[in-house]
Amino acid sequence: MMSEARAAVVAGHGAFAEGLLSAVAQVMGVGHGLVAVTNADRTPAGIEAAIQEALERTGATVLFTDLPAGSCTLAGARLARRLPTLRVITGASLPMLLSFVAGGSPAKVVEQAHAAIRTLGEAG
Amino acid sequence: MTLELLRIDDRLIHGQVVVGWGQPCQIGFFVLVDDAIAGAEWEQELYRMGTPPEIAIEFVTVDQAIERWPRYQADPRVGMLLTGDVETMDRLTAAAPALSQVTIGGLHMKPGRVQRMRFVFLSPEEEARLRAMAARGVMVVAQDVPSAPVTSLEAVLAGDGTA
Repeated sequence: MMSEARAAVVAGHGAFAEGLLSAVAQVMGVGHGLVAVTNADRTPAGIEAAIQEALERTGATVLFTDLPAGSCTLAGARLARRLPTLRVITGASLPMLLSFVAGGSPAKVVEQAHAAIRTLGEAG
Repeated sequence: MTLELLRIDDRLIHGQVVVGWGQPCQIGFFVLVDDAIAGAEWEQELYRMGTPPEIAIEFVTVDQAIERWPRYQADPRVGMLLTGDVETMDRLTAAAPALSQVTIGGLHMKPGRVQRMRFVFLSPEEEARLRAMAARGVMVVAQDVPSAPVTSLEAVLAGDGTA
């Protein structure tokens, strides 16, 4: 059981963020404090506004995005220039979000996500 | 001619461009044509940040793009030229007739625009500019990713956003 919901915004292409949040809820239950934003149909200014609105609504200071070159990451970088407390973590994955919800710092979240990467099926 | 891809996309260099087009087309360089970004170092850094190091980027004004067009054509690498709006591409193609095919890759929702395709929203002024480009002999089509069908301008302008 989670003792305190940690707020963060998850943003990406299509239903990426929504899908990740669904997976987090399945693993850790609801009430995880994550909010999804999609870039679908949005201009760069529209993506930035949607992320900012979600950050302000939740009080989150962490933004997870999908692709390093993606429009949500670029929007996050522009926001971080104006919002010094904002941390943007790109390459978001389920292990990363689970680590965050469990209380990991941004640095720990990235470290644990790297550690979770495996290639299976190789001989030897 | 190696600068084969002329794209209008309000997100400019982003995931669909870098990964969706960049990898299968083996793009070697991007030319980002935007008068404001050509003078904005921080914005340029942002676009470089997400682009693989093997892909070069030039940030140029419309005038610089016209001047450098022969060099882009002679470049042995595959290139993609991007503008963030219809007006910039209209200016560019009007001044450089060699630019004969333009692809609308993504123009998204904002006030005054009507949805024509899933990824194309246009204002009446933008539609008039696109028609003017076509009347000058530029082939204007819409295609967001390489695996998607190419849609003619006529079909785009007749669309209601469901395609």
